[in-house]
Amino acid sequence: MLQALAFYFFSAILVASALMVIAARNPVHSVLFLILSFFNAAGLFVLLGAEFLGMILVVVYVGAVAVLFLFVVMMLDIDFAELKRGSLQYLPFGALIGLVLVAELAMAGSVWVLKPAALAAKAHATPTVTNTEALGLILYTDYVYYFQIAGLVLLVAMIGAIVLTLRSRPGVRRQNISAQNARTAAMAVDMHDIKPGDGA
Amino acid sequence: MALIPFWNWLGAQMGVGLPYGVAWFLSQAVFIVILCLVLMLAVAVVILADRKIWAAVQMRRGPNVVGPFGLLQTIADALKFFFKEVIIPAGANKVLFLLAPIVAVTLAFIAWAVIPFGKGWVLSDINVGILYLFAVSSLSVYGVIMAGWASNSKYAFLSALRGAAQMVSYEVSIGFVMITVLLFAGSLNLSTIVMTQAATGPFTGPLAFLHWNVFTLLFPMLIIFFVSALAETQRPPFDLLEAESELVAGFFVEYSSAPFLLFFLGEYMTVIMLCGLMSILFLGGWLPPFDIWPFNAVPGVIWFVLKIGFLFFMMAMVKAIVPRYRYDQLMRLGWKVFLPTSLLWVVLTAAWVLVFHRHA
Repeated sequence: MLQALAFYFFSAILVASALMVIAARNPVHSVLFLILSFFNAAGLFVLLGAEFLGMILVVVYVGAVAVLFLFVVMMLDIDFAELKRGSLQYLPFGALIGLVLVAELAMAGSVWVLKPAALAAKAHATPTVTNTEALGLILYTDYVYYFQIAGLVLLVAMIGAIVLTLRSRPGVRRQNISAQNARTAAMAVDMHDIKPGDGA
Repeated sequence: MALIPFWNWLGAQMGVGLPYGVAWFLSQAVFIVILCLVLMLAVAVVILADRKIWAAVQMRRGPNVVGPFGLLQTIADALKFFFKEVIIPAGANKVLFLLAPIVAVTLAFIAWAVIPFGKGWVLSDINVGILYLFAVSSLSVYGVIMAGWASNSKYAFLSALRGAAQMVSYEVSIGFVMITVLLFAGSLNLSTIVMTQAATGPFTGPLAFLHWNVFTLLFPMLIIFFVSALAETQRPPFDLLEAESELVAGFFVEYSSAPFLLFFLGEYMTVIMLCGLMSILFLGGWLPPFDIWPFNAVPGVIWFVLKIGFLFFMMAMVKAIVPRYRYDQLMRLGWKVFLPTSLLWVVLTAAWVLVFHRHA
């Protein structure tokens, strides 16, 4: 009973805040509603007994991705009225994409069945290990190559992003800490013997 | 939890049998209220201690007027904040402006739900305790960002941008340090992490403290965690968010009265929480340093509080002694020193565990 109540609570807020993401006038509010919906999705994961996934969702999406979203959106100087004006003309196109997505989901869902082995495992689940351990055991044994490939893809993406944005500007003074630390009095001070009246 | 028999007894006295769920709910609620009160009292003490230590280093006397030795100074300050008017700037986004301090203080409070104060003395003994704490501490940046943006002030906004970059950067090294510890312990549960540091190996009795994580391979990680914790809570020398010389007071420059008090409360609460987390991860939590009488007769919670006090003293000394970092130095330290070191240590620890531990 309490679980069902919690489920409806989380899902209602999730759907409402997801709607507000696209309905809110202010983009910063949109991002904050997105964060709220992430939170409620994490709550649903915990309710399912997948507490590891719930926590990871909060750490990765709310703690890192959404912070950077917010960072970018806050720095944009947006005229909200201007932004809203032309948005209605894209409605048919957006609706079409949405319809296609819903149709694809329905098609995938109608033919999707669980493997008999998975159903059997689900029927008498014996929680001998926590789901963190279970995920780790599967991820690092059966799917270790896929896991490594995913990591490699992310590494390539990261290097690509750095290469695209890194530019070396000439004439910029940078601090060279090792040079500073290696500096001694002998390198920094020059002794000159200047005769009185001659000047430097 | 421990109070469930009490509620069952109370229910029996009133002539009704309380269902388990209700008894559980009541005992959790009582624990939460007690915990919050104790924490707020602790924050009052810690703020005073911070100011006193700071003053002692500078050969001043610190707060010494309100109450004996100035002990009631923090209470007086809190009362003063409560009775002042809440001023909201005309251009501010009212909802977010008031939501930001509430978010900050709520996150500071909910982190304590998984901290074990002693054997079994924990509100919620969840399996992913350390991950929960990591999630909560990665959210604390939102209080800063929301406050900075909603204030509609350039100083607050600059501070929010600094804060977002700084806290996301140091989050990374904190995460890797946590990974090294949980590799060592083989568990994400905080109570289990403490229990793996109990004397079970070659050192017993008066040498029991040698089993703490700090006296193992993980010693450098304690230093990285300590410095990252300073950066994460914007304490000096990393208080660039509230650098008085540039940004007046940073993200809370527009705040007054109770909302300001909430920011203050949340900040110190997070500091104590990170000290507690450090003592759990590295200093054996509630375990006594010497496993002999009379040390092991002292309740674990007292050792835990003493360890938190020691770590906070170190933080206060850093605040009093070290000058503020420049922003590029801060970023260099986070990304070019701490990140590679902690990453290397994850690999080293994993190898160590594989070769020497062989648990499960």
